[in-house]
Amino acid sequence: MTSIGTGYDLSNSVFSPDGRNFQVEYAMKAVENGGTSIGIKCKDGVVLAVEKIINSKLLVPGKNKRIQTIDKHIGVVYSGLLPDGRHFVSRGRDEAQTFKSFYKTPISVPHLMDRLGIYVQNYTCYNSVRPFGVVSIVGGIDSNGPHLYMIEPSGTSWGYSGAATGKGRQTAKSELEKLDYETLTVREAVKVAAKIIHQAHEDNKDKDYELEISWISLEETKGLHQFIPDDLLAEAIKYAKEDEDDDEEDEEMES
Amino acid sequence: MNHDPFHWGRPNQETYGTYNYNIAQASNQQHESQLDDFPKMHTQQPIITGTSVVSLKFKDGIIIAADNLGSYGSLLRFNNLERLIKVGDETVVGISGDISDLQQLERILAQLEIEEEIYDSDGGHKLRAPHVHEYLSKILYNRRSKMDPLWNAVIVGGFNEDGTPFLKYVDLLGVTYGSSTLATGFGSHLAVPLLRQLIPNDIDYTKVEEEDARKVLENCMRVLFYRDARAADKYSLVTIKSQTSESGSKQITFNHEKELKVENQSWKFAKDISGYGSKQL
Repeated sequence: MTSIGTGYDLSNSVFSPDGRNFQVEYAMKAVENGGTSIGIKCKDGVVLAVEKIINSKLLVPGKNKRIQTIDKHIGVVYSGLLPDGRHFVSRGRDEAQTFKSFYKTPISVPHLMDRLGIYVQNYTCYNSVRPFGVVSIVGGIDSNGPHLYMIEPSGTSWGYSGAATGKGRQTAKSELEKLDYETLTVREAVKVAAKIIHQAHEDNKDKDYELEISWISLEETKGLHQFIPDDLLAEAIKYAKEDEDDDEEDEEMES
Repeated sequence: MNHDPFHWGRPNQETYGTYNYNIAQASNQQHESQLDDFPKMHTQQPIITGTSVVSLKFKDGIIIAADNLGSYGSLLRFNNLERLIKVGDETVVGISGDISDLQQLERILAQLEIEEEIYDSDGGHKLRAPHVHEYLSKILYNRRSKMDPLWNAVIVGGFNEDGTPFLKYVDLLGVTYGSSTLATGFGSHLAVPLLRQLIPNDIDYTKVEEEDARKVLENCMRVLFYRDARAADKYSLVTIKSQTSESGSKQITFNHEKELKVENQSWKFAKDISGYGSKQL
């Protein structure tokens, strides 16, 4: 394998002469090959969805969940190196618990994101560690309403209305840009999310996938982060595939 | 002058004699001989207290009740406390005794629920009443073994793995027992005999209808309000039922009623009471 490294790519905490940290950029590369994850912030809550790539037919369907819960009111989904993601979630749970044991009130989403941003950024500062190989999308509801954030290996944590990462992120992002976040409800967004993941799967078509969707809403889940009910998931999958069939028919008609 | 840094700032040896090193080693720690003067303090009595929790099994589940009063000694200090705590989907914990320790237990149980039910639960295991009871008994026994008890008596109600009703007690000593009729504190003297009229033998709960169980429990709350000076007539009541739906699947309903009132009070007996209060013998 030919290496075109310029000598500044073997260590964290070292800038290249043009001011880049290559290890962080390589971490982003690891993410770009992972299954697509998306998050949608609606007027009444947040929806998270992931395209779970099935690497073996021996895996039990419906198990090995990819969407996790940090605290009752906060959910997270990520693309990239899954063990890194699980470590990230574990740290998030620690932060949420410490906060609660100190202040006897659930942590707010922006505050948790500040803390996790600092944690992730620390892994870009020392040459004895490597940055996180995940981009995480975190959604939750607190006293200020719904929040959606995305954290990158560099430690940047920004708030979004719609966020996408992983292999199909470009397709997903262009679909997310079409949504009206002021009027969208979580119940509608579940279907939209299923459809977007289905479309984004075009970029990874050689492998099968399973759809996982969770939501947090005051009306639907009393402010708790939960997987959507089975019947709603089935309905969403049907909706996502129906539309695709229409497209294919249209294409056939045109040709 | 002695220039050794270890002797800086010390009184001149010729003038004041040999330096007393005990002064330099004086610590802000308590001296061993003083330890007995003021021992480390542990909980020796409850402060704000909640009185009896009363509960029983019936054929489809359990009912449990506790009033909303927090007493500061004999002063009825708070009248809006909730002493029945929901843990997971189908378990209730009723707590009597010290209210600050109740609040501590509430936080511990919330943490247990998060760890067992919220984190990565892709099915298979469920947090049920026997687990909650075992966990609480370990906490309470551990604390009493440190001579620093959580000053409570607790009743845990819910369902076993096999779907049968579960009702068990644990207290500040770590003592546990289970029964179809359970009460803490004053209730174990006043309410349990009334409950046992409905359920004479432990297994008889399978013949008891919910309405009858509820009626007896309401009566217990009334009798307790009459005779327990630390009881109030405002209370909460939890009913947990397991019902088989038409499709054959079991459905568990958790019903938490708040701000119930002790109905049909009759104070006729009061005129015959004498010997204290305003009416002297």
